[in-house]
Amino acid sequence: MPINERKRDDVTILDLKGKITIGAAEEALRDHVHKVLNDGATKVVLNLKDVTTIDSSGVGELVSSFTSATNRGAKIKLANLPPKINDILTITQLITVFDVYDSEDEAVASFS
Amino acid sequence: MPGEHHFHLDVGSRFENIELVQVVVRDALERLGVDEDARHWMDLAVREAVANAIKHGNAQDPDKQVHVDLFLEEGDVVIRIEDEGAGFDPEQLRDPLAPENLLKPNGRGIFYMKSFMDRIEYSPRPGGGTVVTLRKKVAGTPETPETSEDTEGSETADPT
Repeated sequence: MPINERKRDDVTILDLKGKITIGAAEEALRDHVHKVLNDGATKVVLNLKDVTTIDSSGVGELVSSFTSATNRGAKIKLANLPPKINDILTITQLITVFDVYDSEDEAVASFS
Repeated sequence: MPGEHHFHLDVGSRFENIELVQVVVRDALERLGVDEDARHWMDLAVREAVANAIKHGNAQDPDKQVHVDLFLEEGDVVIRIEDEGAGFDPEQLRDPLAPENLLKPNGRGIFYMKSFMDRIEYSPRPGGGTVVTLRKKVAGTPETPETSEDTEGSETADPT
């Protein structure tokens, strides 16, 4: 899964694309989130606009990213969830756990 | 014996093969007239079942295969996924919605399968392993042939 990293002031944005599924894609997400947290990022937005599919392993990786960040005093927020990705997080009640925003602008603004 | 609406696939225990199963299953569901939305959710259920078969059933042993069958039965689309592992006890499943499990990184796959399909059944596989059977009634699918033994059209692949 290709991941594009960029900054908006002190907020790190990770643009995720395609499938977040078991195997290489979930590992790519895990490695990249750990990298930005290790580099000192405390405000991270995962932009899911171009994510087409997520499975339970991908959902598990979002949960792990969320808890890793929280344990370090950082915050990860989700933005631009496509409807079917939103449904998947709703079914397992994770939509109430994650900080979810309709747009990247709203997610970035929520940090200030 | 496979019939007109029976698709069969054997794949090796590698996560990359999930994509191959998806291509075959999506194509089969499309041919059966299943609409895009239903295909999406059934597709995800199959993905979870095959991932479980590879990871938990066959423990990613390259010498073990996952067997996938898709067919119609009494108006239901039935998808059967078999592994060659040590077996599985569904009683050991935990509730992913319980507050103490909500932030666990795993344990949601079967819950998703149940959410996306009408019914899910487990049984031991003769010779070892587990059979997971997923069923969903889908509008617009052709009637199940009464004498499928006499028809042709099964698809078999062995990308091990």
